[in-house]
Amino acid sequence: MKNKLLACPYIVWMVLFTIIPLGIVFYYAFTDSGTGAFTLANMASMGSYLPIFLRSIWLSLFSALICLLIGYPVAYFIAQCKPSTQRLLELLIMLPMCMSFLLRTLAWVSMLEDTGIINTFLRHLGLAPLPLIRTNGAVILGMVYNYLPYMILPLYSVIMKIDNRLLEAARDLGCTPVNTFTKVILPLSAPGILSGLTMVFVPAVSTFYISQKLGSTGTTLIGDVIESQFKTAYNPNLGAAMSLVLMILIFICVSIMNRFGESEEETEVIAKV
Amino acid sequence: MSEELIRLTNLTMTFEDGVTVLDGINLDIKNKEFLTLLGPSGCGKTTTLRIIGGFLSPTSGDVFFNGKRINDVPAYQRKINTVFQRYALFPHLDVYDNIAFGLRIAKLPEREIDERVTEMLEIVSLRGFENRKITSLSGGQQQRVAIARALVNRPQVLLLDEPLGALDLRLRKDMQNELKNIQQRMGITFIYVTHDQEEALTMSDTIVVMDKGKIQQIGRPEDIYNEPQNAFVADFIGESNILDGVMLDDYVVRFFGRKFQCVDKGFEKNEPVDVVIRPEDIDIVPPEQGHLIGTVTSVTFKGVHYDTIVDFKGFKWLIQTTDYCPVDSTIGIRLNPEDIHIMHKSEYSGLYGDYSSYSAEYDEIADCSEDDANEE
Ligand SMILES: Nc1ncnc2c1ncn2[C@@H]1O[C@H](COP(=O)(O)OP(=O)(O)OP(=O)(O)O)[C@@H](O)[C@H]1O
Ligand SMILES: [Mg+2]
Repeated sequence: MKNKLLACPYIVWMVLFTIIPLGIVFYYAFTDSGTGAFTLANMASMGSYLPIFLRSIWLSLFSALICLLIGYPVAYFIAQCKPSTQRLLELLIMLPMCMSFLLRTLAWVSMLEDTGIINTFLRHLGLAPLPLIRTNGAVILGMVYNYLPYMILPLYSVIMKIDNRLLEAARDLGCTPVNTFTKVILPLSAPGILSGLTMVFVPAVSTFYISQKLGSTGTTLIGDVIESQFKTAYNPNLGAAMSLVLMILIFICVSIMNRFGESEEETEVIAKV
Repeated sequence: MSEELIRLTNLTMTFEDGVTVLDGINLDIKNKEFLTLLGPSGCGKTTTLRIIGGFLSPTSGDVFFNGKRINDVPAYQRKINTVFQRYALFPHLDVYDNIAFGLRIAKLPEREIDERVTEMLEIVSLRGFENRKITSLSGGQQQRVAIARALVNRPQVLLLDEPLGALDLRLRKDMQNELKNIQQRMGITFIYVTHDQEEALTMSDTIVVMDKGKIQQIGRPEDIYNEPQNAFVADFIGESNILDGVMLDDYVVRFFGRKFQCVDKGFEKNEPVDVVIRPEDIDIVPPEQGHLIGTVTSVTFKGVHYDTIVDFKGFKWLIQTTDYCPVDSTIGIRLNPEDIHIMHKSEYSGLYGDYSSYSAEYDEIADCSEDDANEE
């Protein structure tokens, strides 16, 4: 009984700010923008946005993987440091998160622009300027830069929890350092890898602004299209339909990822015990 | 049995916090012997084991294996396996894969792995548990998996750090026998750590008694029990009454104002000594026939015998006897020369062997609770 009471504030919050808004999204998605009558037209038009959906998914998946490749060694390194160094490094990782998302993205614009810092520097060296901005690469860079901490932190906390005695046991049973890593450390950090991938992928796939600033018309993401339905195209019903489809796609992607780590799930439970 | 396999010379271990945990350890370990490191919690048993296993480098001193210095050989290259004090089983693998781990690293053919793992499961009575998750096992079952995981590799040396700590008495006795059998059958050198003296006495070929980072005595179980070298060993192994005495001459000792015949010699004339008398060696006789006369102050039934505390002129002795002597009765005791064991004075003199504050719990239990306090 007591526990249920404690959950009350959260349930009220959920209803007010999750369930009801979701209902509204549903309502808009299946109604006509002019007449307000029931229609499947919004949903039917999704097909033409398929390339944008797919592009959003692969760019953010790709970013999540790059975050993993960069983040894992960093998290591993921090986990080996002295506690005092660890606190400092954690702070450094989190510091950019305190800065505004818009500001961080704009900072990259001034780095990558044709007349930006990098190209100015190259020009001074007498080299030809590089086409940096308005590319897929720039969009991925923006995503990686913005979401890297969400990869590092869960990885770090999982690696920290790995019992040093398990590593000794591995060495005892004949594991070289490389073996110890692949047979023990990596499998035991699977839950962290999974939650890191999810934490990067989910916000990245629905993000807007990054591609507006760093990409071109060829790299528009679904988040930007949705934003424009509400702000410039004035078709909230279509925007709602897109949001709904995006939500379903995210659901599918995340559950596929979790299926991958199904066998590792048990490990997660153990790690928590 | 006689060739030397491992030799520790002048090992010292000082951790960063400046505490010296091992202090001048010298130890020869013979091939195929069952050697036990015995001592109270915190005396450095695990540390010694970790140095032999290669998980810790000593501050100074050397480790030799088959005559070769192996200080710099990493753990994974040593022909040594370990049963860790708190199992250290892999939570991401099931019972079978935990046991097969070392064999898979060694890249044995899957058929042989299967044979050996199955054989091992049989030995530790865990058939049918192959696919169980480690977390679903009881402490005793986990411990047996840990033993199997180490043994399956057929190492030349097996290090066991209190491997039976989590088992109940019955299972512990069974596993003691089983381990001893395995050790003899497979011809493996066991280096076994325990703070349970009874376990050490039953299983070992050689016992090394340690305290405060130093070796107090090395010997066969009988020697350790019958001829303890100082008050610490006498008290730690079994129960002992330890008295102040003076060695008057070879074979003559005086304590409680009386001369006694004994079987020890080679002490200085009039050297102050510690006299050990085991509680089970004392014969109770009618007062008029006794060498000493005292008053019974407490009696506790222990199953096989009574723990009888007797006050001799203010010094309380523990006597283990099958005869019931009621409290406040006056009794006499006789001591035969071979019941009296003489030791040189040591830093431990006067610390042990007085039963004035006797409680029916014995020292072992006190050791255990101390251990619990040190666990985390
Ligand atoms: N890494 C370390 N840093 C500092 N002190 C340590 C370290 N490891 C062990 N010690 C200390 O060394 C002493 C001996 O420890 P050790 O683990 O060898 O004891 P033990 O004889 O195995 O005891 P137990 O029966 O409780 O397992 C203890 O006082 C312990 O606190
Ligand atoms: Mg220990």
